[in-house]
Amino acid sequence: MQVTMTVNGESVTREIEGRTLLVHFLRDDLGLTGTHWGCDTSNCGTCVAWLDGEPVKTCTVLAAMAGGHEVRTVEGLEVDGVLDPIQEGFIQCHGLQCGFCTPGMMMTARALLDRDPDPSEDTIREAISGQICRCTGYTTIVRSIQWAAEHAAADDASTEPETVGSPS
Amino acid sequence: MTLIEDRDHLEHADNDQKPIGHGRMLRKEDPRFVRGLGKYCDDVQLPGMLHLAILRSPVAHARIVSIDTTAAQAHPKVKVVVTGAMLAEQGLAWMPTLSNDVQAVLATDKVRFQGQEVAFVVAEDRYSARDALELIDVEYDVLPPVIDVRKALAPDAPVIRDDLDGKKDNHCFDWETGDEAATQAVFDRADVVVTEDIVYPRVHPAPMETCGSVADYDRVSGKLTLWSTSQAPHAHRTLYAIVAGLPEHKIRVISPDIGGGFGNKVPIYPGYVCSIVGSILTNKPVKWMEDRTENLVSTGFARDYVMRGEIAATKDGRILAIRTNVLADHGAFNGTAAPTKYPAGFFGVFTGSYDIEAAYCKMTAVYTNKAPGGVAYACSFRITEAVYLVERIVDCLAYQLKMDPVTLRKKNFIQPDQFPYTSKTGWVYDSGEYERAMDLALDIAGYDDLRREQEEKRAGGELMGIGVSFFTEAVGAGPRKNMDILGLGMADGCELRVHPTGKAVVRLSVQSQGQGHETTFAQIVAEEIGIPPADIDVVHGDTDNTPFGLGTYGSRSTPVSGAAAALVARKVRDKAQIIASGMLEVSVVDLEWVKGSFHVKGDPSRSVTIQEIAMKAHGAGDLPEGVEGGLEAQICYNPENLTYPFGAYICVVDVDPGTAEVKVRRFIAVDDCGTRINPMIIEGQIHGGLTDGVGMALMEMISFDEDGNCLSGSLMDYLIPTSLEVPHWETGHTVTPSPHHPIGAKGVGESATVGSPPAIVNAVVDALKPYGIRHADMPLTPSRVWDAMQGRATAPI
Repeated sequence: MQVTMTVNGESVTREIEGRTLLVHFLRDDLGLTGTHWGCDTSNCGTCVAWLDGEPVKTCTVLAAMAGGHEVRTVEGLEVDGVLDPIQEGFIQCHGLQCGFCTPGMMMTARALLDRDPDPSEDTIREAISGQICRCTGYTTIVRSIQWAAEHAAADDASTEPETVGSPS
Repeated sequence: MTLIEDRDHLEHADNDQKPIGHGRMLRKEDPRFVRGLGKYCDDVQLPGMLHLAILRSPVAHARIVSIDTTAAQAHPKVKVVVTGAMLAEQGLAWMPTLSNDVQAVLATDKVRFQGQEVAFVVAEDRYSARDALELIDVEYDVLPPVIDVRKALAPDAPVIRDDLDGKKDNHCFDWETGDEAATQAVFDRADVVVTEDIVYPRVHPAPMETCGSVADYDRVSGKLTLWSTSQAPHAHRTLYAIVAGLPEHKIRVISPDIGGGFGNKVPIYPGYVCSIVGSILTNKPVKWMEDRTENLVSTGFARDYVMRGEIAATKDGRILAIRTNVLADHGAFNGTAAPTKYPAGFFGVFTGSYDIEAAYCKMTAVYTNKAPGGVAYACSFRITEAVYLVERIVDCLAYQLKMDPVTLRKKNFIQPDQFPYTSKTGWVYDSGEYERAMDLALDIAGYDDLRREQEEKRAGGELMGIGVSFFTEAVGAGPRKNMDILGLGMADGCELRVHPTGKAVVRLSVQSQGQGHETTFAQIVAEEIGIPPADIDVVHGDTDNTPFGLGTYGSRSTPVSGAAAALVARKVRDKAQIIASGMLEVSVVDLEWVKGSFHVKGDPSRSVTIQEIAMKAHGAGDLPEGVEGGLEAQICYNPENLTYPFGAYICVVDVDPGTAEVKVRRFIAVDDCGTRINPMIIEGQIHGGLTDGVGMALMEMISFDEDGNCLSGSLMDYLIPTSLEVPHWETGHTVTPSPHHPIGAKGVGESATVGSPPAIVNAVVDALKPYGIRHADMPLTPSRVWDAMQGRATAPI
């Protein structure tokens, strides 16, 4: 069957099997390998991307179901070479180690901040509780999301982000 | 909480004096990861690539009567179907394990655990490969399985390993350490002896990325390139040469970005070998990625020790001796990754952080119809089990003596002036200042206030518990004279090249799975040679482009490879000094090294930078007599001893008296890993390990029914902590450098996984004190805690 959807602002059309999962469509058909696959059972959340602005677990969405809809993946966070504050927050606060759960975490966090720009720690923990990180223990992920909330305005010059690769 | 946050920021205070190398530094890896541009194994796409899927045994123990692959082979998208019998014709049906046992690549005679590999299919796409598995018809003659480890050696137990010559039982190995007679003598005269049966259940590392590989065999050149989820690419290359009979120079193993390892990616799995065979047979690149169930039911598990702990002491709390008897479940094949002379890993450090008179351990390991493996999940070669045993049994002693667990521990600590300290089982602890770390943890926790709060809550019927653990680890294997994996000495190479413009590339044999090696190793080299970390590229994970070494596990990267990186940089600096002496026209001994430049002693104005020296080394002009051009070096570091990091952990829990649910309210971790290279990364490693600890103590267990069906084959059944089960971690640190490590650093990657489970269990047991409970086994799920409260506590297996 043929499916057409908008992915990160661009319209894509592909011939697929009806059973193709959205996660495999993104990864194998479109080469957007930033969305990862981790469990099959909607428990780990490493496959989270947006469907019409809502975070979904793409391992449990058929690509066909996304036909006619808008998908946003981690590759769509950076705009014109400028990182989204959530991406910068994860770098600044050591919100990742192996990086495997990170795209899903960031997509969920971005959606949270879009509807609640100043979430409490409890709210943040609740928002990411459908996802598993095996490396960080979550405290630094919470800090990363808080950093992004504090630096929502990209032109906030009062706290210059640290540069990667230089000791402070 | 302000106080705690302030302490987190104090993390970098001791490194601020060294701005070139060590200190908090954002990671060089992160810009690609936050863009979704990491390249993991499943991201590898090659032209014409085919997909491999594995048919696995549905039963734990059965003889294979027949396998019919006709229908699968007829599937239009299937390229090849392979069974064990076909591999056997090539001599590839069995492969060596990391413990000198053998393991079936594909079963030929019997299946020995549920999930064992039986056949594989290579097809045009991943869905078709899976479809074809359904078309393979296997007839099994089901045999009674051995599931209960305690019954494995019963005279009538079915023999699992009848593939081994003359094997008539399920015995795997016996091992002992310490002095049995001396220990008995001490027990005989002790005032108090406490005995407790303690089980460390089978758990699984379950990294977020499962295991997989992409094999690409070039039939013209005869070269195999294998992308795989490997924590030890060089060791794997050598083993593939042995297993597959391929010449080693024709094998290139690439470990791309790895989505978490925790020991799960140390062994060679049948799937890797199948992908190689698949590529050779089809003449195409072949990808194998296991799914989550395959990962949980078939790959390297961890723990599974049934321990009887005994502790002897005086009535005033002086610990005299510790003795333990262990029954170890090694599954169907002994796939433990441990140094040859250490079949029980480093379990011998079970005497912990205490100065005692005698110790003895006797262990029996057995085969069962369960998945092979054994050393994984950040266990530091079984130190996790050892620390859990000693820290649990010490708490049992405190319970018996009605002593505060902190007081009891402090009374028995090895003292700073006793280092280097030789333990009663022969381990030489390099350095430690235990009481200082314990006091810092008590201070951060506000221990006395917590005890007062607990007293008040108990009076009101609330169940609050405070748990303490103090651990010492032994990490950084070699030395090579004692430690090897299948004959390969546990040393690590490192190569450093400084380019003409003063930028550098350092090549490592170890393999990051998230530890941030590209950052940390740039910092280590920067500190030694004065080139900023941003100007140093770190290459790892490609056997064609890095020196040989044994890889990353057992917290060995910093103790071994980190030392190699520092020493190779010093070697380059030594050469730079000779070149600088020529440039400044003074003797070598008249030069002084200061942060990236040599200057003439007493005349700092006459100096050359490392960048100027690099250009000179590659330039057209003359170099001092006998000096070759270029500025590079390579070494292989053989550690003199292990390093012995330690830490003091305090856990505060609340147990709901109505539901028996355990909530970890606070967790304070004070760690000492010697010199701290990047405090931010260290803190991250600690946080991750603490979370593992919560998982193991409260949630995680790989369990089986009596038929050997794995009951934990998905993340719906194998529970891993989310953000809601763990608290906001509170950390602190002390610094006691390792005297033998070139920069004084010790490993830290597994400290928290090792140290946290006993603190959490001790806290829960402490909370249940009003019920007269001295011990309860992990995982302390609400139902198990409830049973304990009703006096029905049982072992989990």
